[in-house]
Amino acid sequence: MTPLVALAAQSLWNRRGSAALTVFAIAVSVTLLVGVETMRSGARESFARTISGTDLIVGARSGPINLLLYSVFRVGDATANVSWQSYELVSRHPDVAWTIPISLGDSHRGYRVMGTSGDYFLHYRYGNRQMLAFSAGQPFSDISDAVIGAEVARELGYSTGDEITLAHGIGAGSFSGHDEHPFRIAGILAPTGTPVDRAVHVSLDALAEIHEDWQGGARSQVDPSRHPHDGNDPGDSGGDTAARPLRAGITAFLVGMRAQNAVLQMQRALNEFRGEPLTAVIPGVALQQLWQIVGVADRALLIIASFVVLAGLIGMLTSILASLRERRREMAILRSVGARPLQVFALMLLEAGLLALAGVIVGVVAAHAILAGAAPVLASRYGLFMATAGPGVYDLLLAGAVVGAALVAGLVPAWLAYRNSLADGLTIRT
Amino acid sequence: MTMCRLSSDQFRPGFRDAPMAELAIDIEGLAFAWSEGRPVLDVPHFAVRRGESVFLRGPSGSGKSTLLGIVSGVLAPGRGRIGVLGSDLGTLSGAERDAFRAAHVGLVFQMFNLLPYLSVLDNVLLPARFSSARRERARPDPVSEARRLLAELGIAATAITGRPVTELSIGQQQRVAVARALLGRPELVIADEPTSALDSDTRDAFLRLLMSECAAAGAALLFVSHDTALGALFNRRLSITEINRAEPHRERP
Repeated sequence: MTPLVALAAQSLWNRRGSAALTVFAIAVSVTLLVGVETMRSGARESFARTISGTDLIVGARSGPINLLLYSVFRVGDATANVSWQSYELVSRHPDVAWTIPISLGDSHRGYRVMGTSGDYFLHYRYGNRQMLAFSAGQPFSDISDAVIGAEVARELGYSTGDEITLAHGIGAGSFSGHDEHPFRIAGILAPTGTPVDRAVHVSLDALAEIHEDWQGGARSQVDPSRHPHDGNDPGDSGGDTAARPLRAGITAFLVGMRAQNAVLQMQRALNEFRGEPLTAVIPGVALQQLWQIVGVADRALLIIASFVVLAGLIGMLTSILASLRERRREMAILRSVGARPLQVFALMLLEAGLLALAGVIVGVVAAHAILAGAAPVLASRYGLFMATAGPGVYDLLLAGAVVGAALVAGLVPAWLAYRNSLADGLTIRT
Repeated sequence: MTMCRLSSDQFRPGFRDAPMAELAIDIEGLAFAWSEGRPVLDVPHFAVRRGESVFLRGPSGSGKSTLLGIVSGVLAPGRGRIGVLGSDLGTLSGAERDAFRAAHVGLVFQMFNLLPYLSVLDNVLLPARFSSARRERARPDPVSEARRLLAELGIAATAITGRPVTELSIGQQQRVAVARALLGRPELVIADEPTSALDSDTRDAFLRLLMSECAAAGAALLFVSHDTALGALFNRRLSITEINRAEPHRERP
């Protein structure tokens, strides 16, 4: 076998121009495949990292995915609120270790404002049960304090001490503002790669106050149908403006249980709660359900990338087949010095294998070089954390699969060369 | 080392009485057809002694390429005894015939003998890659032997080995092919019109080199050509029609 490997390599080297193109085509396709797969697993990883340590997410009755989307990913809106009474009831339950209220509905220059309590900074976990960390400042301690996510700070160029105002409703072009209630940035969170980076956090008390004032003023009475809150805002429903914070309720809340085995029990109790219709979901389960939907897109990407690899291999097949005619003479020479037809067969197969191997090596190295270069940008901009620092088991499997596919493809020219060489024998056909 | 012997039996087709070990080629009752009912070869008897040089003349379509294919073990004989160096090729499998050819037979073609992607030296060393027997018989070692053969054939190793074989003249290429055919002392050298691409001056020089190298190596030489003028240098001259009783026709479909 060894003389054949050397022969195949020398033969390829002799046609290094076209061989290099073939290797390049395979390398590009492999780079794409490795890139897509790494991004895919990175996306899945980042996705699963979004929330951790929370046992239950509780909101008004809706689908689990919808609840997850608006409470954790801040996508879409809740259809109804959870009453403050229900929240208090759960938070005082003996099996419950902590609760974090979430109240959404306002925004600041396109970034969502989340009203919560100080417990958020104590109990919220993401990634591998990591706590929120501050890159500057500290949690809010006053009703005019705000804590902003890393992306908000970076994109808007804020630092601690800056004053911001909130807008009623969502979107940069919100019609009406809460200009009379400026907030001071008390803290900036370190990047998490989760939606936390894109949030402005204020205390529930602050939200209660600004909306109380709002409703006390004349503006809210003008035309309630144009109000952008959609019943999702604490101070929005009903005219009750009691001093009690957020009597109208909150958007959702997160629950941490004292014991893991109480989670399912609590989930069932909440889903069957008679006081008001609630939905409680286990984040991991809901994330998985959501990923099954989102994952379709990246499976599609993977399939496309696989087809690009297939195209690369077909290109290789074409170039080998094209060379076959002019190489019948070469086969006859090899036969004359004692090569068996089977060795001619093996020689052609080896060529396909060597081309694919070179392509895979170049492709994998290039992919990881590019990913390594792009990793900081991907992490900070898109919250994509690449799991692999370098080539790993996946790349080995991929290399094996591509080389294997190349060998299967190589069977075609190998078989043709074998047949030719049996038929031609020593006859040199030019 | 056996020298080419002059034989008194120059015009006899074979040596019926010679012991088998004395014969490089010993064919009895060979019949071969590419398709049913159209025999290409019908050779009752044909023999070449070890160390003997035989000139085989025949027009194209006379079955000589088929005969060379059978003697070199590339083609499976249809019927008959194909004795080559004491082995009956008819009893060997395809792979065994390939191994036999690698070990015992050197081949020189009309032209394009060399692999374009190998150096001159690597081309000469090819038989050693495919046969351990040829490798072992190339003393003291294949590379030195290849250089010695190249030097004897007038190809200065230092000037040539680094250059691509495609830059060699046809005459040089044919001489490299002879060096390859002789590496590792095969007992039988088969040359299929090796001079037809050469001009007359180069042709004579090439022929003398080929014969003297075969003689020096003790190899029998079966030389096929349609150019009768070359026959004078050989121990024996034959026409394919003298040994093949089949009707001449187009050689290959």
